Amino acid sequence: MGAVKIEHISKSFGDQSALKDINLDIAAGTLFGLIGPDGAGKSTLFKILTSLLIPDDGKATVAGLDTVADYKQIRRIIGYMPGKFSLYQDLTVEENLNFFATIFGTTIEENYHLIKDIYVQIEPFRKRRAGKLSGGMKQKLALCCALIHEPEVLFLDEPTTGVDAVSRAEFWDMLQRLKEHGITIIVSTPYMDEASRCEEIALIQNGQILQVDTPDNIRESYEQPLYAVKATSFYQLIKDLRAAPFTKRVEPFGEYLHLTTSGYFPEEAIYNLLKEKHHEQIEVKRIDATIEDVFLELAG
Amino acid sequence: MIKIFLAFVRKELFHILRDPRTLAILFGMPVALVLIFGYTVTNEFKDASVAIFNEANDDLSYQLVDHLTASGHLKLVTSVRTTAELEQAFQSNQVKMGIVIPAGFEDDFFRQRKADVQLIADATEPNYATTLTSYARQMIATFQQNQNGTSGVQPYQVSTEIRMFYNPQLEGAYNFVPGTVALILMLICAMMTSLTIAKEKETGTMDLLLVSPLPPIVIILGKVTPYAILSFIDAIIVLFLGYYLFDVPVRGSLVLLLALVLLYLLVALALGVLISTKAPTQQTAMMTSMFALLMPTMLLSGFLFPIASMPSLLQYISKIIPAKYFIQIEQAIMLKAAGWDAVAFPALILFIMLIVLLTAAWRNFQVVYK
Amino acid sequence: MRGAHKREERVQPRSWQKPEEHKTKPMSYAIEAQNLTKRFGDFTAVDAISFNVAQGEIFGFLGANGAGKTTAIKMLIGLSRPTEGDASIAGFDVYRETDQIKENIGYMSQKFSLYEDLTIAENIRFYGGIYGLSRKRIKTKTTEIIQELGLEEYVNRLVGDLPLGWKQRLAFAIAGVHDPKIIFLDEPTGGVDPATRRQFWEMIYEAADRGVTIFVTTHYMDEAEYCNRISIMVDGRIEALGSPAELKQQFQTDSMDEVFLKLVRA
Repeated sequence: MGAVKIEHISKSFGDQSALKDINLDIAAGTLFGLIGPDGAGKSTLFKILTSLLIPDDGKATVAGLDTVADYKQIRRIIGYMPGKFSLYQDLTVEENLNFFATIFGTTIEENYHLIKDIYVQIEPFRKRRAGKLSGGMKQKLALCCALIHEPEVLFLDEPTTGVDAVSRAEFWDMLQRLKEHGITIIVSTPYMDEASRCEEIALIQNGQILQVDTPDNIRESYEQPLYAVKATSFYQLIKDLRAAPFTKRVEPFGEYLHLTTSGYFPEEAIYNLLKEKHHEQIEVKRIDATIEDVFLELAG
Repeated sequence: MIKIFLAFVRKELFHILRDPRTLAILFGMPVALVLIFGYTVTNEFKDASVAIFNEANDDLSYQLVDHLTASGHLKLVTSVRTTAELEQAFQSNQVKMGIVIPAGFEDDFFRQRKADVQLIADATEPNYATTLTSYARQMIATFQQNQNGTSGVQPYQVSTEIRMFYNPQLEGAYNFVPGTVALILMLICAMMTSLTIAKEKETGTMDLLLVSPLPPIVIILGKVTPYAILSFIDAIIVLFLGYYLFDVPVRGSLVLLLALVLLYLLVALALGVLISTKAPTQQTAMMTSMFALLMPTMLLSGFLFPIASMPSLLQYISKIIPAKYFIQIEQAIMLKAAGWDAVAFPALILFIMLIVLLTAAWRNFQVVYK
Repeated sequence: MRGAHKREERVQPRSWQKPEEHKTKPMSYAIEAQNLTKRFGDFTAVDAISFNVAQGEIFGFLGANGAGKTTAIKMLIGLSRPTEGDASIAGFDVYRETDQIKENIGYMSQKFSLYEDLTIAENIRFYGGIYGLSRKRIKTKTTEIIQELGLEEYVNRLVGDLPLGWKQRLAFAIAGVHDPKIIFLDEPTGGVDPATRRQFWEMIYEAADRGVTIFVTTHYMDEAEYCNRISIMVDGRIEALGSPAELKQQFQTDSMDEVFLKLVRA
């Protein structure tokens, strides 16, 4: 059974269109990633799915319940972690957790098995005010609070934004383990490199879904030849490659440039051209596309 | 549900207790306001400048003037010979009060056993004017007693007539305690509740509460109950301080007074919730409360400025200020010992306001966003 | 007005005369730090860090939250006095010449520090004015920036109405309005879309190509890969320093994320 089904959802704020005809089907038990930059419409979609926001058009169901008509039932079975840290900064870790357990009519003990893995990491600080926790700790506490009533579907809106690399890695590990409890997890993130941690992803930009598939399938969908190129003078390299006859696109990708050509060219051809332009320490290699390459292609 | 509600109230109390600024407003403010209004606005005066218009020029009138100025509180600045001169003294702000002793004062006193003294005060500062005249009246009363000796009977009388210049009605000016109670309750109930709800919106916790199975009514009640209780305590503190420090009595029924305090408090809470349903941030909530609630409560309720001396437009506006009715109720019960009959009408108006505000707040509270 | 004029007179000659002033010690690095240390009471926030950044280099300054990055930068830009150690920025000493440092650096923070309720031109004029640029200079700068960013149609729009990516590039351009030698970027590209982020980096490459030194702080490792060299701070110390390729080799892994994880967990 589908955990989340979205049909033709649209939403505008004034004359700003936030979501345009969104369709999505998410199977129960999936770790699903909604991937796109700030302002793509991720949070708006989450608010609609968590029944906080009414769509202008279309219909969405969560665990078979309509997000508008059955909002009361939906609110019992979902867990929601909003984009920014939304706990009480002046309450302690324990007080926050207790409070959210109580308003959902449960206790920490009852669902301890679910949060145990995560909670043990913040338990030493349980008397500390939430506002005094580090970014990674806050995020763990927020996750505990969202899980405390054993939700069927968990919505995590940009949980890893503003969190350092270590905490991000740990967080994704935690989500993998949670999945084993049979919870459907829907995560949004602006970081393309997190896509591979999901079973299925949707790329979203400007309120539109660009593509939905497994990360591997999405990577393989990139059909043109792709090269990573490097030389000492980066700015010149970009200019020279853009001017080259075979070039379709050049994008900076960290220490390399990603060069998409309009047909296969041997690496030597590219190398020689750059040599002629007096570049130094040239490196050219054929590579497989990343999610980000696909995103740039689709969004561009 | 009761358990959840209590958990909510407990959480709210933690917020309050852990924020020194909130605590300062909750408990420091009422005390500060009572002391400020009590001492600076009304009570103490020294060397108040006084003009004497003595038309009698007899022994007894001189004795009276001596008696009035002996204490050092009233300072004789000028003696005038005509009413025009007296008026001139007022206009040039030379004096704050004029004492008029009519011709034949001694004769009237001893022959007719009843003499008149007129006190004229500059009522542009109504509180000051009332304090001055009531002080002078007291002094004249002791003068009369001294003249009568210890006989016990009071055959001879000095009757004082008081006239206020510039602001003759002088309603509501005297009593700062009712006004302070009205202001404090509005401040804490309306402003603090609107702030605390707006804060949950601003930090995003309101969304978390909304997506929980908590009924919205519990969210609202959970947020306002602590403030209702605390402001009720504040009202009692103000009444208590008024009584012990400034001798402001509660002559009527204390139970009736507190019951109506509760009614007014609910009106203020409803206003606070209404503002917070519309205000997305604490800053907006703060500004709205300031301009829509605190300023009118101070300026248009008759607390600081008498309603009767306002321009008619402002008089009309004052009719929709809840504090106006509440101050009426307080004055009636506290000063005139009025019973339920006398305050039923303003109480009814407050009740209607409450119903209207609650309906509006309820309609505006968004369980889901549009 | 007179003050502004005087200020510009002071700035201009310096940039030309400096090589002579420093004849004995030619300025080889844009940023030099030797055992730079900051202690608060008995807590050492920055513990004897040493590094050099060459002119025109893009240098990534990385570290987890609370590793001491912010404290270190504050010392470098003259907002906080070091407890110990030496540092010079564009040849100026961080203890004695903080005013000169401020004139020679540009700063762009996460929040972009633009006034949302002013237009693009007004923002440029304001920041140009702060750095004592002449009216004429501000005018040419405004035209330059607007052309470079392709914002011609939006000159009179409020900055608040611009898309995030444009704001970001505008903020970068404004950080360079007074032609500073070094631009400090504090967490510059969090959350923008991949295409916008690349446009932004191309702007940075272009500036570096002109010889401007770029000092970037971030806690996103994938961002770090865009830098020529990076340093990683852990608990107040620089634990790794080198080009992304060198670091990956040193830690025997193929991603900067892994490098960071290995460092922090060590």
